Amino acid sequence: MKISTSIGATLAAATLACTFPAAAQTVKIGLISSYSGPGAAQGDQIDKGVKLYMKLNADKLPPGVKVELITRDDTGANGDVAKRVAQELIVRDKVQILTGVVWTPNMAAIAPLTAEAKVPFISANAAGAKVVGMSPYVARLSFTLCQSAYPLGQWASKKYKRAYTAVSDFAPGHEAEGCFIRGFKEGGGEVIGSVRIPLANPDFVPFMQRIKDAKPDALFAFNPAGKQATAMMKAYGDLGMDKANIKYLGTGDITTDEELQGMGDAALGVITVHHYSAAAERPANKAFVAAYKKEYGADLNPGFMVVGAWDAMDAIYTAIRVQGGKIDPDKTMEIIKQYKNANSPRGPVSVDPETRDVINPEYLREVRKVGGKLANVELETITNAIKDPLKEFEKKK
Amino acid sequence: MEAFFSSLVSVAFHGVAYGMILYVISVGLSVTMGLMGFTNLAHGVFAMAGGYILCSALARFQMPFPLALALSFVLVAAASVVLERLLYSRLYGAAELEQVLFTIGLIFMSVAVARLVFGTLQQPVLLPEYLKGPFTILGREFPVYRVFLIVFSATMIAGLWLGVERTLWGAMVRAAVDNRAMAQSIGINTRRLFTITFAVGSGLAGLGGALGAEIVAIQPTYPFEQLVYFLIVVSVGGLGNLRGPFVAALLIGITDTACKYWVPQFGAFFIYAATICLLLWRPAGLFGSRA
Repeated sequence: MKISTSIGATLAAATLACTFPAAAQTVKIGLISSYSGPGAAQGDQIDKGVKLYMKLNADKLPPGVKVELITRDDTGANGDVAKRVAQELIVRDKVQILTGVVWTPNMAAIAPLTAEAKVPFISANAAGAKVVGMSPYVARLSFTLCQSAYPLGQWASKKYKRAYTAVSDFAPGHEAEGCFIRGFKEGGGEVIGSVRIPLANPDFVPFMQRIKDAKPDALFAFNPAGKQATAMMKAYGDLGMDKANIKYLGTGDITTDEELQGMGDAALGVITVHHYSAAAERPANKAFVAAYKKEYGADLNPGFMVVGAWDAMDAIYTAIRVQGGKIDPDKTMEIIKQYKNANSPRGPVSVDPETRDVINPEYLREVRKVGGKLANVELETITNAIKDPLKEFEKKK
Repeated sequence: MEAFFSSLVSVAFHGVAYGMILYVISVGLSVTMGLMGFTNLAHGVFAMAGGYILCSALARFQMPFPLALALSFVLVAAASVVLERLLYSRLYGAAELEQVLFTIGLIFMSVAVARLVFGTLQQPVLLPEYLKGPFTILGREFPVYRVFLIVFSATMIAGLWLGVERTLWGAMVRAAVDNRAMAQSIGINTRRLFTITFAVGSGLAGLGGALGAEIVAIQPTYPFEQLVYFLIVVSVGGLGNLRGPFVAALLIGITDTACKYWVPQFGAFFIYAATICLLLWRPAGLFGSRA
């Protein structure tokens, strides 16, 4: 008797919930990021992007729908921990959507769980090419390295004849190296040498001296955003390589907006291709940067990871809005595959329905001083929409 | 041939400079661990503190560089006296495991505190103009800051060596470390002696962190990330003397640089392989007097 009453009550509640979707609904979102360990500076950017979006966009939710954010620390590039916290979020906290993750290996560890539990995962960073394909419930709104390295190679081949490449020795570094070389060679350039530098490396000078002695016209560099990029830039400046007419080129990772001030004048004149610069003049970006500075301090600039997190949240909020706050994993993925935003801080951004990977604009930028501070000044738009070139190459094969 | 000679010169220079950087960030540990025999894994905490003091003094208070360097020595030394009296002195006689656990705990706490106070980004080092740019030797250009590091470290090792191996203070420290009871019984105030020596060692760590900050970035995880380099330098050099770590740092710096320059594809392994070989050959280190 008791049982049947409670079933009756549950049914009644369920019917009510169906008829009045506006009655207090809570969508649980799990955010996995690096809050401690060597990647804490990057994890912090994602955290700030997600929270800033939520604070400023509460009105984009349907009436009566609330979002609850549950954060977890993956402690750095650590697949095991990432998998464990993702499991906790799914099983114990019952989150309906996951986001975050700085590191590609962490996303690779989480991807199989999202397929098993049918929980959509919208990546805010993790740029390794292959991870999105690992589960139908993973989509990405950050970038891939090839999206910037390949067009940079094509552009550089028109201006420089001989290039040297120096990348950090891990998977994204290898991708960046391969894509730059492909673009550079297609345009008729010659790569006279390539070096892969270990990730734990306190001194870049010996590598840079070797490159200087080889006398290339241009040096293509990729390091993960952060102190490695700064140390390599300093070695470039210390050895006077700019005066030896070796142009420093790279993906936007080497001149991130948040680290740029710490690099000093050695960074002046460095040319990068990337999808986001805090110095961009688009009105959407100006508003975004102003909001960020108001929230976190006038001296801080949002880097591309803040924008990755911001756009990932925008896609998630779109999915929540379209479904009226009732999250169905498959419908969510269908909505996110169609996601488009012409007014992201980075410009037009969308998701490729076929690969669930991001389609980005790419800009050619130069580090210049603006108002006494270093900034990535956008010189020209290379493309308004580029799919991940690596996947396109594979299709052609 | 001329190209080869010129690359030889640059490898020698950068090798010595890198060796000096390694030495400078480890010199404090060669005092607290090498000389005093305390397994002070938290050495990096003092070095990081020195680095933060230098960066803040330069950026926020626009202090001249030499004054900021001196400040990083003095403040870290003063703070270490408090730590030594409150915590370290209780563990002088303790087993190594206890010292390790204590100092590792200290690292965890300092990483969290540094993150809270300074945030996660690395600190910019605003070098004065006279330490920037290239410096020409033998028709090749070398970074001024590295030339400065080499000269400064050479002076520092000479001073330290004279102080520890040629003065009464040095003799008392060595005596007290070897046999504390006997040293006390002949009238040495070992408590005060250890406090002063610990303060000097920590002050040097702070100075080293500050000097190296331009090359080895100062950020909250510094004490963990650099720990392996400190330990390599001190263990390869050998405990119980100050020359050892200096020679070890130079040796590692030069060979590591040569390896990275000529065979960069193996650059990552060399420093570890060399450490293993050296320690297999001489388990107590190059100049180790006790294992």
